[in-house]
Amino acid sequence: MMNPLLTLAFAPIPVPNNVPTLNPSPYFWLPVPASTMAQPIDDLFNYVMWVSVISCLLLMGLMIYFVTKYRAKSRKDEGTSSSDHHTGLELFWSIGPLPVLLAMFVWGFQGFVALRTTPKDAYEVHVTAQKWKWLFEYPNGYTDDVLHVPNGRKVRAVINAVDVLHSFFLPAFRTKIDAVPGRYTELWFEPTAPGTYPIFCAEYCGTGHSAMITKVVVHEAASFDKWLEDAGKAIDALPPEELGQKMYNQQGCSGCHSLDGSPKTGPSWKGLFGKSETMSDGSSVNVDENYIRESILDPQAKIVRGFGPVMPTFKGKLSDKKISGIIAFIKAQK
Amino acid sequence: MASTTTTADVAVPANKGADDNYLTHDKGIASWLLTLDHKRISVMYFICVISAFALGGTFALLIRTELLTPGRTIVDADTYNQLFTLHGAVMVFLVIIPGIPAAIGNFVLPLHLGAKDVAFPKLNLMSWYMWVAGACFMLTSLIVSAADTGWTFYTPYSTTTLTAVIPALTGAFILGFSSIFTGLNFIVTIHKMRAPGLTWFRLPLFVWGLYSTAIMQVLATPVLGITLLMLIVERAFGIGIFDPALGGDPVLFQHFFWFYSHPAVYIMIVPAFGVISEIIPVFSRKRLFGYSFIALSSVAIAILSFLVWGHHMFVSGQSVLAGSIFSAITFLIAIPTAIKVLNWISTMYKGAIHLDTPMLYALMFLWVFTIGGVTGLFLSTMATDVHLTDTYFVVAHFHYVMMGGAITAFFGGVHYWWPKIFGRMYNEKTGQLGSVLVFIGLNLTFFPQFIMGSRGMPRRYYNYIPEFQPFHVASSIGAYILGFGFLITTVSLIKTLFKKADAPMNPWGSNTLEWTISSPPPYYNFDKVPHVTEGPYEYEDWEYNEKIGGYERKSLKAGT
Amino acid sequence: MTDTTADSVTGHGHGDHGDAAHAHNPFLAHHFDTPLQQFEAGKFGIWLFLVTEILFFSGLFCAYTVYRTLDPDVFEWGHYFLDTKLGALNTSVLIFSSLTAAWAVRNAQLSQHRALCVNIVLTLLCAATFMCVKYEEYSHKFHAGLLPGKHFQPNEDVWEQPAYWKKNGPPPDGLLDDPPKKEAIEKADKIITRGHPYRFQPPPNAARFFGIYFCMTGLHGIHVLAGMIIWIWMLTKAARKQFGPTYYGPVDYAALYWHLVDLIWIYLFPLLYLID
Repeated sequence: MMNPLLTLAFAPIPVPNNVPTLNPSPYFWLPVPASTMAQPIDDLFNYVMWVSVISCLLLMGLMIYFVTKYRAKSRKDEGTSSSDHHTGLELFWSIGPLPVLLAMFVWGFQGFVALRTTPKDAYEVHVTAQKWKWLFEYPNGYTDDVLHVPNGRKVRAVINAVDVLHSFFLPAFRTKIDAVPGRYTELWFEPTAPGTYPIFCAEYCGTGHSAMITKVVVHEAASFDKWLEDAGKAIDALPPEELGQKMYNQQGCSGCHSLDGSPKTGPSWKGLFGKSETMSDGSSVNVDENYIRESILDPQAKIVRGFGPVMPTFKGKLSDKKISGIIAFIKAQK
Repeated sequence: MASTTTTADVAVPANKGADDNYLTHDKGIASWLLTLDHKRISVMYFICVISAFALGGTFALLIRTELLTPGRTIVDADTYNQLFTLHGAVMVFLVIIPGIPAAIGNFVLPLHLGAKDVAFPKLNLMSWYMWVAGACFMLTSLIVSAADTGWTFYTPYSTTTLTAVIPALTGAFILGFSSIFTGLNFIVTIHKMRAPGLTWFRLPLFVWGLYSTAIMQVLATPVLGITLLMLIVERAFGIGIFDPALGGDPVLFQHFFWFYSHPAVYIMIVPAFGVISEIIPVFSRKRLFGYSFIALSSVAIAILSFLVWGHHMFVSGQSVLAGSIFSAITFLIAIPTAIKVLNWISTMYKGAIHLDTPMLYALMFLWVFTIGGVTGLFLSTMATDVHLTDTYFVVAHFHYVMMGGAITAFFGGVHYWWPKIFGRMYNEKTGQLGSVLVFIGLNLTFFPQFIMGSRGMPRRYYNYIPEFQPFHVASSIGAYILGFGFLITTVSLIKTLFKKADAPMNPWGSNTLEWTISSPPPYYNFDKVPHVTEGPYEYEDWEYNEKIGGYERKSLKAGT
Repeated sequence: MTDTTADSVTGHGHGDHGDAAHAHNPFLAHHFDTPLQQFEAGKFGIWLFLVTEILFFSGLFCAYTVYRTLDPDVFEWGHYFLDTKLGALNTSVLIFSSLTAAWAVRNAQLSQHRALCVNIVLTLLCAATFMCVKYEEYSHKFHAGLLPGKHFQPNEDVWEQPAYWKKNGPPPDGLLDDPPKKEAIEKADKIITRGHPYRFQPPPNAARFFGIYFCMTGLHGIHVLAGMIIWIWMLTKAARKQFGPTYYGPVDYAALYWHLVDLIWIYLFPLLYLID
């Protein structure tokens, strides 16, 4: 079915390891509740569930009862009634459900307003969605591909997408919002239980849509600030090659560049440094520090033959230190 | 009591169908491909729609096979993405939207009206050719490098992906016009070609269903047309209407797309409502309960369907105010729909219920559509929708109403009208077996998906976290049962075509006009223009006769 | 009542069943009982079709509204590149062609075959004029690099517009064949710089205007071409003297379609050319 050339470029993308589960949950239908909004929304869900179950049982019960009771014995059998309307009954079941539905609507609307009204003084995290990775930026400049938040504090996530539509979905917190390129969207939540919960991308975005999974780690409130400070320092103190590896995993490089020699959307980094690559225009380039830096900041300038012009730029996103780290990491991939 | 004066004046009209009917009237492939006979066009549509259903169903089975295990099972991620895109596009545009109106309605509508044909037979043929052209474009996309955008073509993914999106878009565009012209044809036919005495409130409810559907087809589909055209132009020339990198707005695409696609889902289900409204009274031997409410509720649904598109976009960044309006009106739409279900069930009260295959499908419809309908409530409730949208909960909801609703009604209608269209009775045993397998398969496939979805499993996922595997396995087993049920049903139906055409004129004792002419009908439909003096669901005058295996009019029997 | 007919479907033999109307009227289709029924059905059909056309264009009008509300600067800046005189010419040409089309219907009703052909030809000529003017406008845009989306690359040709000749000083000698008058420049300058931060540079998202412009006028142009094909078809039938008081439906429907095409242009013209 697929063009074989494209098949080569799109190798399977594995699900990240250590993705937390949504169990155990006190509910059959819903995942573990871990935010302040989970309880009210679950209550509403249960209300709709009861209305649905009762309606279904009523209607299906009536149907089965009628079919059994009035089953024809033979083809000659004719019905015993010819009533074809009953205004009172019809009005009853046209108008009767209205209050039930109205309650659903009002309750749902209130819940939605609560979900979308960010409280003041919330702890702010910037979320960047790109194919196929989430990146979180904290107020102290620390970046990570895992979301860390303090328990019991309101958190505001400001979300942006770099390339196509994505959707930021935290099932344990019962909240979700699309990540739209060209604008910022936001959501808020307040965790209620320390632990680790999954984050999914919920808007189809291509090959790695189902691999765009990460997690939210809810820290104890008391220790969160210290943890963040240490994490920020640790990043700066990392030796270049380790910093490069961290960037490789965090910034989405791993989505397109393998380390084992197999070509994916982009060339593999194995044995890349010092290689002589042929570009799409036929020219030949030696892969050195300058070429790598240029490819990161201005990826469309030179494109290796056999690959498409799809790499996004990281200008403004990676400090020089981080770029040097990446270069060191690439050098180490012999 | 008054009775319809039928076309022939003999005591009991003989069923001349076996000797000379629309199938045998003209021979040769050209007489089919250039036909202007609505009945032949309907049969051609039927063959096409069933084939497309088989294709879309094969994609579905491949998808479900892939989802047996997390990680790769039989295909890679890109192929999987192409599979679900094509499954959606084929099923929506090639099967369900044309399904009942084109493959059944084309045949039955003029007969229900006592007319000789639809208003514009050439336009009708052109609609069929447009279906074929649209299908060719979809196949082109499939062969070149199938689109992988999802059937919803959201930008900017659809403007930037490297797969063959433009053929798929062109196919959908052409299919849109096929649908528009069918709708246009039906509206004019219903307004201008009713037999004398056939007032609006004596029309069969199938006609009301087709009429409401046609209104939606004519008003909503052009908006899809322009949206797809803009997307084609954007992709080909980089115009910058929807692509944010070129200054466009991706959410604007969603508004345009859903402005059509929400009425589209009603275009898919309202004809199904019409079929159920035909089957239940006949097989309960009782007048349909609440005729006016059912008729007017179809029109109400058609009108309200244009006002709710934003309920697909609660998490898109749409404003809270807009969202609340869409949510409120969506709840309103639930009411006419619920009224219909209650009226159908009330029709069975104190009737005489015959459980032939069409009735089994109708009962199945009631069950499955109710479940699908109530799960819609979870999604119109804004706060719960935030959690449930873009998960398998939505996938299960729309499959329950589309597969369990529209397709079930389609097969119910196929079995109901089969003796009329082809003059052969289908095999009742395999019909019943098939329907039971479909029922079991349907529920086993899609019910676990509700649970998965509310537990957080997102949709369009090639991989998934291992805790969801048991649900996926159950769902896939259900899919195989469902596929098998459809397979034996279809094979059994096709086998009957090799038998002699000896079905009775009115095997079911229905009172609508198509059952007063031979099975299959003559090419000219009615010998004389029928004059209608009563409603479509009066059964007192029909009596079963074992010798002919069908019903005949008491008032026309010799010696009465 | 007048026995009117419509639709050029000729009855194809079977199904007549001795109906006298069919025997006498070669243009009455077999599935209609009376010529009046056929005409009314045709009329209803074409009106429904026009409704679908309006909805088809509505998507573009909606996109126009959304983008103009978000970015009025862009639309005001962009419209200066449209030649209002040519637009007005096109508008009057189309309005005149609507007149000849309506007149043609009357000719058909009264069997005035010669006048009918003349009016159809006039309509076609007007349509052709419209397309030529359109071609001229489009080639100017192509030349000047005023194209939508990623193709938007305005070049020096835009200096021919009086409003922009002061871009970076006067244009080099000889570049402009017909330098604009001083008063026109000053007036345009005053209008453009009124509150706008983007004096002589294209505002951000400027290409959007041209995206909307080409989509709307392009789609309209396709409909004009389709209309021309339909009129040529009508001309062939008119030349064979097929129309008369009992059969003029096709001309009626063609004229209705043509009026819609005209009407859409009457909306497009102020929305695109007269943003002031």
